[in-house]
Amino acid sequence: MIGLQHYLTLSAMLFVLSIIGIVINRRNLILILMCIELMLLAVNFNFIAFSRYLGDELGQVFVFFILTVAAAEAAIGLAILVVLFRNKRSINVQELNEMKG
Amino acid sequence: MYNYYLTIVLAPLIAAIVTGLFGKQVGRAGAHGLTILGVGLSCALSFVVLYQMVWGGASPENISVYTWAVTDGLRMEVGFLVDRLSALMMCVVTFVSLMVHIYTIGYMHDDPGYQRFFSYISLFTFSMLMLVMSNNFLQLFFGWEAVGLVSYLLIGFWYKKETAIFANLKAFLVNRVGDFGFILGIAGVVMLTNSLDYATVFGQADYIAGETLEVIPGTAWNAMTVICILLFIGAMGKSAQAPLHVWLPDSMEGPTPISALIHAATMVTAGIFMVARMSPLYELTTTALSVVIVIGAITAFFMGLLGIVQNDIKRVVAYSTLSQLGYMTVALGASAYSAAIFHLMTHAFFKALLFLAAGSVIIAMHHEQDIRKMGGLKKYMPITYWTALIGSLALIGFPGSAGFFSKDLLIEAVADSHWKGQGAVYWIAYLSVLLGVFVTALYSFRMFFLVFHGEERMDAETKSHLHETPLVVTGPLILLAIPSAVIGWITVEAILFGGFFGDAIVTSAARPDVLQELGSHWHGSLALLLHAPMTPVFWLAAAGVGAAWYLWLKRPDIPEAMHKKFSGLYNLLDRKYYFDDLWIKGFAGGGRSLGNLLWQKGDQTVIDGWLVNGTANTVGRLAGIVRQIQTGYLYTYAFAMIIGLTALLSWLVWFR
Repeated sequence: MIGLQHYLTLSAMLFVLSIIGIVINRRNLILILMCIELMLLAVNFNFIAFSRYLGDELGQVFVFFILTVAAAEAAIGLAILVVLFRNKRSINVQELNEMKG
Repeated sequence: MYNYYLTIVLAPLIAAIVTGLFGKQVGRAGAHGLTILGVGLSCALSFVVLYQMVWGGASPENISVYTWAVTDGLRMEVGFLVDRLSALMMCVVTFVSLMVHIYTIGYMHDDPGYQRFFSYISLFTFSMLMLVMSNNFLQLFFGWEAVGLVSYLLIGFWYKKETAIFANLKAFLVNRVGDFGFILGIAGVVMLTNSLDYATVFGQADYIAGETLEVIPGTAWNAMTVICILLFIGAMGKSAQAPLHVWLPDSMEGPTPISALIHAATMVTAGIFMVARMSPLYELTTTALSVVIVIGAITAFFMGLLGIVQNDIKRVVAYSTLSQLGYMTVALGASAYSAAIFHLMTHAFFKALLFLAAGSVIIAMHHEQDIRKMGGLKKYMPITYWTALIGSLALIGFPGSAGFFSKDLLIEAVADSHWKGQGAVYWIAYLSVLLGVFVTALYSFRMFFLVFHGEERMDAETKSHLHETPLVVTGPLILLAIPSAVIGWITVEAILFGGFFGDAIVTSAARPDVLQELGSHWHGSLALLLHAPMTPVFWLAAAGVGAAWYLWLKRPDIPEAMHKKFSGLYNLLDRKYYFDDLWIKGFAGGGRSLGNLLWQKGDQTVIDGWLVNGTANTVGRLAGIVRQIQTGYLYTYAFAMIIGLTALLSWLVWFR
């Protein structure tokens, strides 16, 4: 029987995976955006699991909201990415260090 | 009389302002015309005031002219206290000033700063009148500082001359030392009585004498003693008493007329006048009086000795001024205030005369001041010669001259003063003034003989131009020679024994009044004159003149030989007891090195180095370390966020 802990474990694994993706990825900005999406999905996963477990549908409503926001955020993120590429001719993370102190 | 007082004070001030600000417009003739008119008016009215005081039966007046400010019950006023003391001072000041004004026409004839000079001396006359006519401490202080300022301006009159600038700065700084004491004394008076007015303060004299002050915590000193000594420190600065005398000889860098007016006749006597004016206070403290008398005695004798080795004609006269001021101070310390003021008056005449005569010689010698390069001037300058002789005789106290009466009675007063039988103080004072007579005669006539007699040591060029100076120069000499010769004879009885000063000068009732005692033996001027050959004073003066004649005219080789044999002593005198070195190297140099130390160590190292730049550097260094975290890479920030988040969550989970 697949219980709550399995869902939560999967969600945590996805979350950690996306963190690792953000931290060790040194090449592609798109990958970072995808990792952020993955992070949100991991959170959504948690919401759904708890919603089922507690028998409260409110959690699933939140998921829709988050998906919408995530879609909007991805659109904005990609738009920024396009502008960035136009200016820098690169989306290499290693080269984007203008904020260095 | 009120309008008289205002005119006396304001006439020189207006003349000074007009000639000072509109010098170009009024021109040279306008400058001396205006200022002489102003001072002449002052002088005439001063004599009217004195006449009214002495013969007209006018009583002393204490008038408040203008209230400047009232703060916490303390009234700051401009006011006049005109009694016989100030009336006498007014006459002396304006008369000598008038003579000097006239003389200046001749002396400064070719000077480009003609109008400026007249403006200054007129301003000086105003300041000095404000000082002597004051009825409160504030105005006294104003006059005190104003005469100091004008003295500073006039010593440095030839402002392109390096030594003159040094001298005027020195005079100013040394006077600051004195003035510091003076203003502390005034502050003490205000603290205890909450009043600046003479009458109020003198009325509370007994109260002040009963109070104690803790200057150093744990020591209670009599308030009156502290205040009087502080005020006397001011007098030491202004009246050039040891050890604050060092500025006066150097002040001779200024033009000769002001040496006569400011640094001999009037300003330097301000300290004497002040102590006499404060006699109700000084009489209540024997400690302060003993300080006064000892300082005066030291100045009178040791400064006289210095006159013997000086070769600059004006410096010889300057040292004699120091010595004579010492005499006056001794008289003050001996509670013989009238004798001090009397000597002040006669001294003003004969010392101004001597200075102006010296100036006349300097004009004739084309601004050569070294007496070793003079000699035999008698036949070239008869008027200067005779007037200088009168001045010198008055200075040494030749029987009959003005100086004889004032000095002889001053010494008598010291001899019979309340210090008699009090041990060291009495003997220091008495021996100083007595032996000072010999020294005075020695240096006066050394100068006199070297200048006017003996062989002519000047170069041929100067010699061919030698002639008597014009009337504007000799006129004042003659006019000053007359009082130098006769004023003592005429006024001695009235001033010293007639209770002349009335309430202006108070002597303690607890002690016998020495002048009253002398007065009981007084049989008239003539009797004193006939008695003169029986006193040591006369013989000491005669011995001084004789020694001067023998040493510098008859056997000039003896001083030469003595100079070589006693070179140590000579150097001590030539270097003025190393007082200049003490002040310049010790105090001024010490002050400067302290300043340098504070500047380099305190300001540059501690404040700038550690505090100001140090703070900035520390922040910079810290930031240099912290900035390493700011890599600019996105993943570093993300990682930091995650660590933060983890930490926050862990805290929430485990520690709450």
